[in-house]
Amino acid sequence: MKKYVLKRIIISILTLLAILLILFLMLEFMPGSPFNDEKLTPDQVALLNSRYGLDKPILVRFLNYIKNMITGDFGVSYNISKDTPISTLLQTRLLISIRIGGQAILIGTIVGLVLGIIAALKHNTIWDTMTTVISVIGVSLPSYVFALVLAYILAFKLALFPLLYSTSTPFQSSVLPTIALCMFTIATIARFTRTEMLEVLGSDYMLLAESKGVYGMHLIIRHQLRNALIPIITVLAPLVVGLMTGSLVIEKIFSIPGIGSLLVTAIQSNDYNVIITLSFIFSAMYIGIMLIVDILYGVIDPRIRLAKEDNHE
Amino acid sequence: MNNSVLKNLEFLPNDFQLIDENISSHIDKNYASQPYWKDVLNRFIQNKGAIFSLICIFSITIMAIISPNMSGHTYDSQIITQQNLAPRIKGIEKIGIFDGSEKMSTSKGATKINKYVSSDAKKTGLENVYYWFGTDVLGRDIFTRTWFGTKISLYIALVAVAIDMIFGLSYGLISGYFGGAIDNGMQRFVEILNGIPNLVIVTLLILVLKPGLVTITFSLMITGWIGMSRIARAQILKLKEQEFVLASRTLGAKSFFIIFKEILPNIFGQIITNTMFSIPNAIFTEAFLAFIGLGVPAPMASLGSLISEAFKSLTTHPYMIVPPIVVLGILMLSFNMLADGLRDAFDPKMKEM
Repeated sequence: MKKYVLKRIIISILTLLAILLILFLMLEFMPGSPFNDEKLTPDQVALLNSRYGLDKPILVRFLNYIKNMITGDFGVSYNISKDTPISTLLQTRLLISIRIGGQAILIGTIVGLVLGIIAALKHNTIWDTMTTVISVIGVSLPSYVFALVLAYILAFKLALFPLLYSTSTPFQSSVLPTIALCMFTIATIARFTRTEMLEVLGSDYMLLAESKGVYGMHLIIRHQLRNALIPIITVLAPLVVGLMTGSLVIEKIFSIPGIGSLLVTAIQSNDYNVIITLSFIFSAMYIGIMLIVDILYGVIDPRIRLAKEDNHE
Repeated sequence: MNNSVLKNLEFLPNDFQLIDENISSHIDKNYASQPYWKDVLNRFIQNKGAIFSLICIFSITIMAIISPNMSGHTYDSQIITQQNLAPRIKGIEKIGIFDGSEKMSTSKGATKINKYVSSDAKKTGLENVYYWFGTDVLGRDIFTRTWFGTKISLYIALVAVAIDMIFGLSYGLISGYFGGAIDNGMQRFVEILNGIPNLVIVTLLILVLKPGLVTITFSLMITGWIGMSRIARAQILKLKEQEFVLASRTLGAKSFFIIFKEILPNIFGQIITNTMFSIPNAIFTEAFLAFIGLGVPAPMASLGSLISEAFKSLTTHPYMIVPPIVVLGILMLSFNMLADGLRDAFDPKMKEM
């Protein structure tokens, strides 16, 4: 187990380094410079370059960059808000994004689990069909379609919720974005739960548990759900990625001051440092979640751990 | 029937007789065995949802091909005097394009409009002008633009299939079949590539290159094949130790013959299913990129960029956003349901679940 965890951690670190390198190199080839102002003379540009350390060799800059990232110094923003440290820019935004993303994944998982369990227990009934329909729709439609429909009907026509995010009413403003974001999670989790539960329901140990006289919630939670949960954990990592992608669009639609909308703004104004930092943060979160999921998976199901050790995976 | 032969201890050539095939084979009349593909086809045809979505995809494709010539407008022609016109469809003698057509004709009709207000009943020179889906802020026909955008999405679907089939499949098959150091190296590469969120790769790539169809194709190429390569690898790992592969190898078959002629036909169902699932993903990626402004450049349109443009006038001209969203939704749903249907047809075990 120790070996397995160690291996996973090393691979994760390597991936992170590779990402830093890729990010760095790609940004080197990016068209445009952070100093696009036509009024700047070449001398001034050179001065600015040296001030921000952009005139040093690539390798030095890269090493510097890694060092800074590890110490949490992301540098300053070039364009969006001049000379503001990115960590300051991120402080409030990261919290908002994480809160909405967290709400979405929490609600999505719970609703998805409940729907999946109901569908499996009432197999081939109207409930089952309804869950299938919901999950097909949820998987098929991009989250911004939900966001737009919700925004138009609930916020604009019926005025039940604010159309745009406002920091003074953080809860009410986050209801619609959360619903739009969590549809995909609900659909995926419900689908997986249903499939896994049906498999568990048909298994021999279920028959044994029932013949021993286990029944009711105890049967569902201890014997069925627990075994069905294992494969569900694997879909969590892709779901988090989906949330990240979704958040870019959702934050744009509802004007949420989060990191997703910051990334879009940074892309549009060629703000090197902000893009690199946000890409790094997105990647780091992703890798971290993948690592946790992989290790959790190994802890929960010994068969997988052993198989993975055999396959050098 | 062998008893009479066994009694004779001395074998003579006449004792033996070739068994006629008709005698030994027993044909089950009750449940005739069918070729695998016929079975699959039968199961697929019985799935109403899948057939329906196949029809949807076909009709959308046909519309995307022929409709730019139907309305008499091109996707980039602007008529400044006909901006922001609500949808208007001429009477019933025009064949309804979709079920909502009647409702659309009840909207206020095509008249010159004031800024940000839907067209009033004022008399202008536009009484005989019809836009089935209305026009956008620059006076372009939304009908033509929607189907033009659909074309782009379908192109993306084709690209996704090609990438999956050519690159992902080969990568997975080769990695899984050869195993050992090759597999190890190839899988580490995939692992690192997979560790980077698609969002980051695609965004950065489109920044480095110019936004456009080629770039989107390219960015799909970089990440689109990973899922397929994993499926192919997992499948080949299961199959490569089986007897028929061993038999083929004993007969002297080379690796590539075994991979593509012996193993590939056996995993084809899985491959097709997975390819179908990757199509909606690719379309979604394109629509997402277009929405954040990294899609096809301005005069062209994709479903994502149309939604993104129409979103800006969502509260004033909500009709603009309906056609691209409906087409995108139907397309995504159809591809997903088709993929589901194919999976059930290839693997009936999954259906019960």
